[in-house]
Amino acid sequence: MTLWTAVLLASILCVALKAVGYLIPARVLEAPRPARIADLLTVALLSALVVVQTLAVGAAVVVDARLPAVGVAAVLLWARAPFLVVVAAAAVTAALLRLWGWAT
Amino acid sequence: MMRMRSFSRTAEGAATRQGLAVALATSAYGISFGALSVASGLDVWQTCVLSLLMFTGGSQFAFVGVIAAGGVAAAPAAIASATLLGVRNAAYAMRMAPLLGGGPWRRAAATQFTIDESVAVALAQDAPRARRVGFWVTGIGIWVGWNLSTFAGALLGDVLGDPRAYGLDAAAAAAFLALLWPRLRGRQPLAVAVGAAIVAAALTPLLMPGIPVIAAAAVAVAVGLFDPRRPTVAPVGTAEEKGMP
Repeated sequence: MTLWTAVLLASILCVALKAVGYLIPARVLEAPRPARIADLLTVALLSALVVVQTLAVGAAVVVDARLPAVGVAAVLLWARAPFLVVVAAAAVTAALLRLWGWAT
Repeated sequence: MMRMRSFSRTAEGAATRQGLAVALATSAYGISFGALSVASGLDVWQTCVLSLLMFTGGSQFAFVGVIAAGGVAAAPAAIASATLLGVRNAAYAMRMAPLLGGGPWRRAAATQFTIDESVAVALAQDAPRARRVGFWVTGIGIWVGWNLSTFAGALLGDVLGDPRAYGLDAAAAAAFLALLWPRLRGRQPLAVAVGAAIVAAALTPLLMPGIPVIAAAAVAVAVGLFDPRRPTVAPVGTAEEKGMP
């Protein structure tokens, strides 16, 4: 599979999911279980992505400058900082730690 | 948001201003998506197609995140992660369908603009007309702004060079955390988040990049299926507002 195929396939699937929602009768969502699973699915995937993006290098677990950077992000989120500030602060933290040689 | 309404002459005016404010804030972080995507190995055009066509931030970040970790070999896992994260948009569409009014053509036009923010702004309004105005202004506003900022970010990322020197890998992790944060209200989401994190960390050394993330999704399905309690949150207007940036 080329990267282009993957980009287009994933995009079409995501658009199709939006369209499916408009085609399904609303009462499906009145059942509590599908609504709850859709909600929790988002939480589980994002949480797993935080861990993988913070600790993984390929298939290895590595602790490096990303971990303190995500710690800074968590503190800022707790202080209700806006999205862009949180992301930029994490980048700056990791960049400085690497520049000073305090972390890889 | 409630306070804004008292300053405005009409409910539609308030919905418009809210929509534009949310669109501006959301569009700004399209810059970080564009830069991260190019740093992950996608070219500028592939990055732009993701924002034009996929147009759902969480899935876009997930797709490029998995590609960054595993390259083209991880493409099936990248597609699966992006698609699973897009499942919530189907739930949003079900919620919006009766509110939009009009026939199948209006729904078809609304499809692409059905995302966290547009649904949240719509549901935050009380009057049916203001809800529709909020949806369209937010959805179209973000689509335009997000695509412009993605392009700018991708061009920027292209000239930056080594993404690690600028901490862009940490920025991606922080972006996921920021998307997750507003959804962590209540014991059940918190338990699912911790469970998913443990599963992902434990499986990372054992499986191909991308697969641990999909395996972690099973935690949500398991908790959602087997939890015997009645859900305590009313379905209307709660889940969506949690997605607010």
